[in-house]
Amino acid sequence: MVQQAYGEIKLEQAGTIRPTHRQAAVRNTESAPVRWALTGIALLFLGLFLFLPLLLVFIEAFRNGIATYIAALRNDETFSAICLTLLVVAVAVPINAVFGIAAAWLIAKHDFRGKSILTTLIDLPFTVSPVIAGLLFILLFGANGWLGPWLAERDLKVVFAVPGIVIATMFVTFPFVARELVPLMQVQGDEEEQAALLLGANGWQTFRRITLPNIKWALVYGLILCTARAVGEFGAVSVVSGHIRGQTNTMTLQVEILFNEYNFVGAFAAASLLSAFALVTLLVKNIIERFSPEFVKK
Amino acid sequence: MSIEVTNIIKSFNEQPVLKDISLRVDTGELVALLGPSGCGKTTLLRVIAGLELPDSGRIMLHDEDVAKVQAGKRKVGFVFQHYALFRHMTVFENVAFGLRVRRGASRLAKGAIRQKVTKLLQLIQMENLADRYPHQLSGGQRQRVALVRALAVEPKILLLDEPFGSLDARVRQELRTWLRKLHDEIHLTGIFVTHDQEEALEVADRVVVMDQGKIEQVGTPQEVFHNPASEFVMTFLGNVNLFHGRVEDGKITLGQAGSATDTQIITRLFVRPHDFEVSRTPAADNFQAAILRINAAGPNVRLELKSRFNEEFAADISHELARSLNLNAGDTVYVKPRNVRVFPPNHKAD
Repeated sequence: MVQQAYGEIKLEQAGTIRPTHRQAAVRNTESAPVRWALTGIALLFLGLFLFLPLLLVFIEAFRNGIATYIAALRNDETFSAICLTLLVVAVAVPINAVFGIAAAWLIAKHDFRGKSILTTLIDLPFTVSPVIAGLLFILLFGANGWLGPWLAERDLKVVFAVPGIVIATMFVTFPFVARELVPLMQVQGDEEEQAALLLGANGWQTFRRITLPNIKWALVYGLILCTARAVGEFGAVSVVSGHIRGQTNTMTLQVEILFNEYNFVGAFAAASLLSAFALVTLLVKNIIERFSPEFVKK
Repeated sequence: MSIEVTNIIKSFNEQPVLKDISLRVDTGELVALLGPSGCGKTTLLRVIAGLELPDSGRIMLHDEDVAKVQAGKRKVGFVFQHYALFRHMTVFENVAFGLRVRRGASRLAKGAIRQKVTKLLQLIQMENLADRYPHQLSGGQRQRVALVRALAVEPKILLLDEPFGSLDARVRQELRTWLRKLHDEIHLTGIFVTHDQEEALEVADRVVVMDQGKIEQVGTPQEVFHNPASEFVMTFLGNVNLFHGRVEDGKITLGQAGSATDTQIITRLFVRPHDFEVSRTPAADNFQAAILRINAAGPNVRLELKSRFNEEFAADISHELARSLNLNAGDTVYVKPRNVRVFPPNHKAD
């Protein structure tokens, strides 16, 4: 993200080289073999644990040719899993954006009792295992759960249905937006908002014309991370989904099912879509970092 | 448009910041709130603007109680200490903001906004920088943009928080003169906060000296400078020397050796450095002092002296006098204070 100015000493410009400078230069630069060894280890590790698996996903997916690959993706159950994942993302991410902005705004620009508790709670989804999160929603909305009878009376299905999957995904991905925004908003303070209000802007105008543009890039960044996590979520969704084929299976669940049935082409075809999405996410994230100086400077 | 605050009390976390403040500023006046940091001057300004709510007390703008009027509806222009320019907008858009957010009948057409903003930018000679962003401007330029942004909505009252606080000395001086001229031209009612006594004395019609949440003195620059009401005002406005002495039967005796008798009152005496007569000859009404250092860089020659009562003090004399007396460090001179101030004990500064 930020290039390290590491051991950069401009010897040509300094008229005389004092011994302390020379020592510093020597200490900061390892000998060539050591540098190559370190770089080699890093590359080997990256290749073995990141690049090779990624490559394998695509090789396995295309093993029997493009036609089979496309057929695997057009399989009814896989196709409905893709649609369900897109639906979950389309609902969960916007709602999380609104909640995230609201929470960040509360924490960064206001002082109130229990603020530190709220700040801690926002991180809870990061620390709780997704499986536990899923179980929480079963306990809450399941047939024998607290709200189960109330929901059953009204014929509302939450667990083992799409709403449960959306709620579980929202819970797991909630922190991303708020965590990106809070530090930025804290640094920016609220003087610009006060200035806007004093110039006659109402609350909505102040938010839309001042607050939102100032957090724009951090928000996009948070949304990208949030989307990536929502697409890839497995644990919590697995617990609440019920694995009803063609109905409550998201892409990650579908990959697991296909894999367990030894349908490797099908499993890796779906997995290749998820991987491609992850790569696009990384690309977009890098583009944002490059073209949004004010955000990187935060 | 006059400003009148009555019995304003405000605390943060049970820490009193404003202790029963009452103040009236008349239409067209430019008033300085002067005091050390933490004295409550900025809080008072924010209370008037509506950015803070007082715990109790009344705020009248143009004889209308504004307790229930929101900050944005008080028709108050406010310039923040760190300018608070909208960082993602150009200079032009910053100035235009207050006009663009208007709704209803008071909304101006696009062309009218453009015309008005251009005129304001001409006023600060920045029309060719209209497309710059705040981070591309110097401190002085930002300050002026912040000022015309506040003026764009034609407020009746202008409040400035440390307007020149973060600028270097030369730009400060320029903007100070400019602000005074601008105020004389457009006749706003203005209050500015400062901790710089020179700034307050030079720019303001009246100066309000504050300390620890209370108003110490209100008066014209001449009044507060020449007739300070308390030790605090005396010491805060300009350099001052402190002597210890005794008062008995209306006569002052310098020096504090020994203990006072019943009829004597031990007191603190204040003399400004320019209020000394320095000579080579002893007399009944002067006292002996030794020269520690001489600093001749400046409009006056500053003598750092040590009196025979062992109190160090400073005296400013003209270059001519210094030359004619042929002074050197280590010499002995005789000084006579021209203007000695004593304050009643109940006004003693903490």
